[in-house]
Amino acid sequence: MRIRFKLDGQDVEVDVKHTDTLLKVLKDKIGVGSVNFGCGEGSCGACMVLINGRLRYSCLTLAGYVDGKEVTTVAGLARDGELSEIQKAFLENDAAQCGYCTPGMILTAKVLLEKNPTPSDEELFDALAGNLCRCTGYIPIINAIKSVAKR
Amino acid sequence: MSSQFSVVGSPVKNVQLLSHVTGATQYVDEISFPGMLWVKAVRSPVARGRIKKIDTSKAEKLPGVVRIITAKDVPNNIHVNMAGIGIGPPDEPVLPESEVNYKGEAICLVVAKDEETAAKGAQLVEVEIEELPPVLDMEEALKPGAPVITKWGINAFIYGSGMDGATRPGRPGRPFFLVKRGDVEAAFKRADYVVEGSYLIPPIEHAPIEPHVCVAKPEPGQRLTIYTTTQAPYFVRDNVATILKIPASNIRVVAPAVGGGFGGKVDPEFEMQVAVAAMCVGRPVKWRWTREEEFTVSTTRPAVKIEIQDALSSDGLILGRKARLLHDSGAYTRTSPYGVIKATVNLSGPYQIPNVYYEGYCVYTNRQPSSAMRGYGVFEVSYAVELQIERDARKLGIDSWEFRFKNAYKNGQVSATGRLIDDAYLIEVMKEAAALAGVSLPSHLLQMSSWG
Ligand code: FES
Ligand code: FES
Repeated sequence: MRIRFKLDGQDVEVDVKHTDTLLKVLKDKIGVGSVNFGCGEGSCGACMVLINGRLRYSCLTLAGYVDGKEVTTVAGLARDGELSEIQKAFLENDAAQCGYCTPGMILTAKVLLEKNPTPSDEELFDALAGNLCRCTGYIPIINAIKSVAKR
Repeated sequence: MSSQFSVVGSPVKNVQLLSHVTGATQYVDEISFPGMLWVKAVRSPVARGRIKKIDTSKAEKLPGVVRIITAKDVPNNIHVNMAGIGIGPPDEPVLPESEVNYKGEAICLVVAKDEETAAKGAQLVEVEIEELPPVLDMEEALKPGAPVITKWGINAFIYGSGMDGATRPGRPGRPFFLVKRGDVEAAFKRADYVVEGSYLIPPIEHAPIEPHVCVAKPEPGQRLTIYTTTQAPYFVRDNVATILKIPASNIRVVAPAVGGGFGGKVDPEFEMQVAVAAMCVGRPVKWRWTREEEFTVSTTRPAVKIEIQDALSSDGLILGRKARLLHDSGAYTRTSPYGVIKATVNLSGPYQIPNVYYEGYCVYTNRQPSSAMRGYGVFEVSYAVELQIERDARKLGIDSWEFRFKNAYKNGQVSATGRLIDDAYLIEVMKEAAALAGVSLPSHLLQMSSWG
């Protein structure tokens, strides 16, 4: 079937199978770099996207579901070349090493701070429970999110 | 400090940070080419067995399956990672001809138009295997009468026989790496106390968030470009050249950003297979491992067993140490013989022990091969040595800080391997560490230095 959706603000049209996941379509059909495959089973968060503003694992979402919707990846967060606050905070706090988890981390942080601009440590850890990072030890990521929460 | 140097003492920014936070970093998984095909492996369901028959007829009939690759498609079906620096012997097939030696070992490859078709094709291949008793425990593997899984008749690497690349071939060698200094037996006779410890370190999976992924693209004139998530592009180039029997200069390895490696992407563990597949079909071929393959097939940190015996004097000195180290290489050599050397020469830790006798065994078992991971060899040994130091101090009834200061290397001493120590800083580092940890050391320790 053919689906149409907005990807980081641009119109996309693509043929998909009923069984194709959104991750598969983004990576293998469209060639999107700002979404990563880590497990394919909802355990790591490397594949996270926003669908109409809501945080989703693209590996657990069927591609057909996004027909007519808006999909946002971390590549769509900057406005007129200006990084979003959370991206700046990740930069300043060295909150990425290999960067593979970073797209998912930033989207998770964004959604958390929109709902709850001053999260407690516990709420913060809770929100990050679905994103694994094997490099940083999480501390710089947590510092980055806290630095935005303070502003 | 920071005023004297521009780098030491001041933080350095990760040059990729900006592309990481904007999602612009390019990993191998983004690389694809028109007409690209996909690979999946048929893997061994048993830890050890003899391949009786591979029936590919059903898989071949599946629409979208392009080719099935078996051992006979590999021009030179044997390799070892470190051949380039003389460490052998080549003992690992790209695809096994008759025997499988670990659960999950790739038996044959299915090349198909997309990932799902390749996976379905792999399920349709029927492999008949006669299961053989596996060796899974290192002590068992070394016992006489254990099933032998190497080609040289013993489940251990033979040092000093030329296999290690450092000695001339043709000598009998020893099934362990030996470090010996002074007269260890005399030290044990003289000792007031003997303290023994046994330490086990389990295998550890690197678990990078990016699984292994590789694209190989044939180029005109027996050339090949390989895009792979690797920490060691030259290992990849040399191993692929060896198994394809083409000059290394025909191979270009492109290593884009790596989504976490930690040593798990040092071994060329699947690039050879992708390269053979690409050369066979004459089209670009991609293989993306699943998370399950990452855990069950990729290398791990080795399992290690270390036994230490220390001869101590009642005034708090280590007079001598005997140690026996077993390092689980898994089914094939990879980089383990080198890891064992690193481990064995470090069995003194940062301490001055005048009389030592260390045996380090590189043991073969029917497990997925182990290899590099963040200081492998040294890390496992440090864990054992520092626990042993605590045990020694407890036995002597003295504080372990005191015991460490007393036995720390000082400049001008000679190490277990005969090296003159001229860069010892342990005492200074311990003083700093104690201050940071809020431990107040007695003044006689604070007066000590690595230079006196
Ligand atoms: S790839 Fe989707 S959660 Fe890991
Ligand atoms: S930065 Fe490598 S996984 Fe998070």
